[in-house]
Amino acid sequence: MTKTGAQVIWEVLAKEGVEIVFGYPGGAVLPTYDALLDSSIHHVRVRHEQGAAHMADGYARASGRVGVAMATSGPGATNLVTGIATAMMDSSPIVCITGQVNSGVIGTDAFQETDLTGVTLPITKHNYLVTSADELGPVLREAFYVARSGRPGPVLVDITKDAQNGKTEWVWDDRPVRLPGYQPDLRALPEEYQRAAELINNARCPVILAGQGVIMSGAMDILREFVDMTNIPVAETLLGIGGLPASHPLNLGMMGMHGEVWVNNAIQEADLLLAFGMRFDDRVTGTLSTYAPNAAKIHIDIDPSEINKVVRVDVGIVGDLRETLEILMPAIERGDRNGWVDHILEQKSEAAERDIVGQPEGGQLYAAHVINDLWKYTNGEALIVTDVGQHQMWTAQYYRPDKPRHLITSGGLGTMGFGLPASIGAKMACPDEEVWLIVGDGGFQMTASELATCRQEGVKVNIALINNGYLGMVRQWQEFFYDRRYAGTPNVNPDFVKLVEAHGLTGLRCTERGQAESLIQQARETEGTVLIEFQVVQEDNVYPMVPAGAKLNVMIRRPEPNPELASEV
Amino acid sequence: MLQTFTVYVEDKPGVLNRVASSFRRRGFNIESLAVGHTHKPGISRMTIVVEADGFTARTIEANLYKMVNVLLVENITYDDKVIRELALIKVRTSPENRLEIFQTVEVYRSKIVDVTTESVMVEVTGPTAKIDSLVEVFEPYGIIEMVRTGVIGMGRGPYAPTISPEFVEAVVPEEAVAK
Ligand SMILES: Cc1ncc(C[n+]2csc(CCOP(=O)(O)OP(=O)(O)O)c2C)c(N)n1
Ligand SMILES: [Mg+2]
Repeated sequence: MTKTGAQVIWEVLAKEGVEIVFGYPGGAVLPTYDALLDSSIHHVRVRHEQGAAHMADGYARASGRVGVAMATSGPGATNLVTGIATAMMDSSPIVCITGQVNSGVIGTDAFQETDLTGVTLPITKHNYLVTSADELGPVLREAFYVARSGRPGPVLVDITKDAQNGKTEWVWDDRPVRLPGYQPDLRALPEEYQRAAELINNARCPVILAGQGVIMSGAMDILREFVDMTNIPVAETLLGIGGLPASHPLNLGMMGMHGEVWVNNAIQEADLLLAFGMRFDDRVTGTLSTYAPNAAKIHIDIDPSEINKVVRVDVGIVGDLRETLEILMPAIERGDRNGWVDHILEQKSEAAERDIVGQPEGGQLYAAHVINDLWKYTNGEALIVTDVGQHQMWTAQYYRPDKPRHLITSGGLGTMGFGLPASIGAKMACPDEEVWLIVGDGGFQMTASELATCRQEGVKVNIALINNGYLGMVRQWQEFFYDRRYAGTPNVNPDFVKLVEAHGLTGLRCTERGQAESLIQQARETEGTVLIEFQVVQEDNVYPMVPAGAKLNVMIRRPEPNPELASEV
Repeated sequence: MLQTFTVYVEDKPGVLNRVASSFRRRGFNIESLAVGHTHKPGISRMTIVVEADGFTARTIEANLYKMVNVLLVENITYDDKVIRELALIKVRTSPENRLEIFQTVEVYRSKIVDVTTESVMVEVTGPTAKIDSLVEVFEPYGIIEMVRTGVIGMGRGPYAPTISPEFVEAVVPEEAVAK
């Protein structure tokens, strides 16, 4: 059938199962926006294109489906860049569609022309410049296929205005996409499984390092089976949280810079590390030269370029994690490693005594208490989205989800401003989930304009704004390593309650722990987006912490419980 | 040490940029890069030489392999192979040294492709070391200008590289190939 390029775009999106597109119009995508009116796809008009990219990302992470963002050429497209880089670092499948100037004027510095395939080359899994309507159908199909297959990631399709306007004979071709140079499903050689099984069966003190690959490959059940059979404890990366239920007795919690002492100790003492779909980010290894010195290492990852990238491993297995574990399982022997597990858990109970959750608050409101209360009053079942900073680390420590895809956070790029738009995307992907955004007073203001989008879409996101009056995480580094010289970190904030009210939404304020429960309940019961501003202790720190350049288990520990505080109660 | 890769790519705009960018981004310095068509339409072949240790070389291969437009990557460093480079060297001559230069060209089995009263242009092919050596010999006469293609390489024997990405210690599942 003869269609315009613009019509083909919406047809392909519909065929790919897209229900929602997050976008912002402009000159170079006008033809596509015009055709939108004849499509059944819902378009969410954001307030800034960065928001569109993060919403698509949040949508993708919550649902496992591909998220879609749309923008015009030039400034619209460059505004997507932070969101694309964020998705790239965390392997999130999104497709970004941007308008481009007419193909005839490309390269002439035409109005609102930016070489976007050039700009996004290192931050996309792949990208395309489409200059004719005929190419549009096949390219868009490829884009979705590349975005979601193998190790997922962002794909950008830059479409010239004449390609949108051009006419083409279009038929939906549902044969599998053929890309001769793209081979996302690799499988390891049989010898590798053999060697892995031998190492595992002989290990006395092994630890599993569970990354986001567990969740992306849907390996949750088989991982659990593997853990129960072998009695091997699991440490999680930030993005791996939820791969094994937090309540599982062998789930030790998060590893790395703000991981708990017993977790990092276990890694340092281990005789075997089983890296499952994780990539040894420097935030989880600490100094490489002293990392897990006694451990043999098995690395399973779908991306061959991750094997031996930063940590030299003894066995590298390329493949989908779930598939790999299924192949591996029959060769794995049942294990009793109780001595090793007890040794780790002993340290846990010692460290837990310093845990702030067990500490009296002395009339003050601590962020960790707030997050722990939130966990309690939502039965640990909410879908949590965070921004970046101290509140993010406290969330990873104190909101312990039992389900996958229930903690969404910008890990690799650490993008402030991610939280609010990502939470909107997550809620729109999973309308039946109770979505809570935990966000700092700094990062919230980076994308707070999307409150208007919440109102516009009638989306209910519950926002726990952790207001400590500082760019807290940076202030913490200044306190520890720069002699408390707080350069650029104090926040002069607006009245957050009035700010949300100005958007026609509900704002609440919490200054004491005693109010937390009822305010959380009130937020849950109120229609529409609600923000609770928690005015917390200002100069509070995230513990434990591995200082930069230190060995993974040399940590700044949580101070001993303050005896004066304790005696007040 | 110097690592030599053969890379088959789709002949599309921007592919060279993608390949080059993946080196730049990771801080690998390209010693030499040559690209041209193959006998198959739509497929180009690159020969890339990079200074890297064995582990880095694997990372490079895996990263190239990941690119959608890259069809095949082979590290031919350790293979039995033919490596060639072509150079054009314009040398200053005088009536006194002209004969000497002609003899040198002879010895190196190179060719004179342009002559003026004050200069000759020499075309030479061979492994990098041979060309380096000729350049060194010409240096005292005065090199006016010079251009080199960068190396191209090919494994010996009756085979061409096949699609078996063993460098990642992995195989393509049969079902995937059958598709
Ligand atoms: C876009 C961006 N800019 C700067 C940073 C550096 N940074 C990391 S955490 C942080 C402080 C965040 O402050 P806030 O949002 O108030 O959260 P808090 O740490 O106080 O919980 C900053 C500035 C960043 N991660 N992202
Ligand atoms: Mg703050």
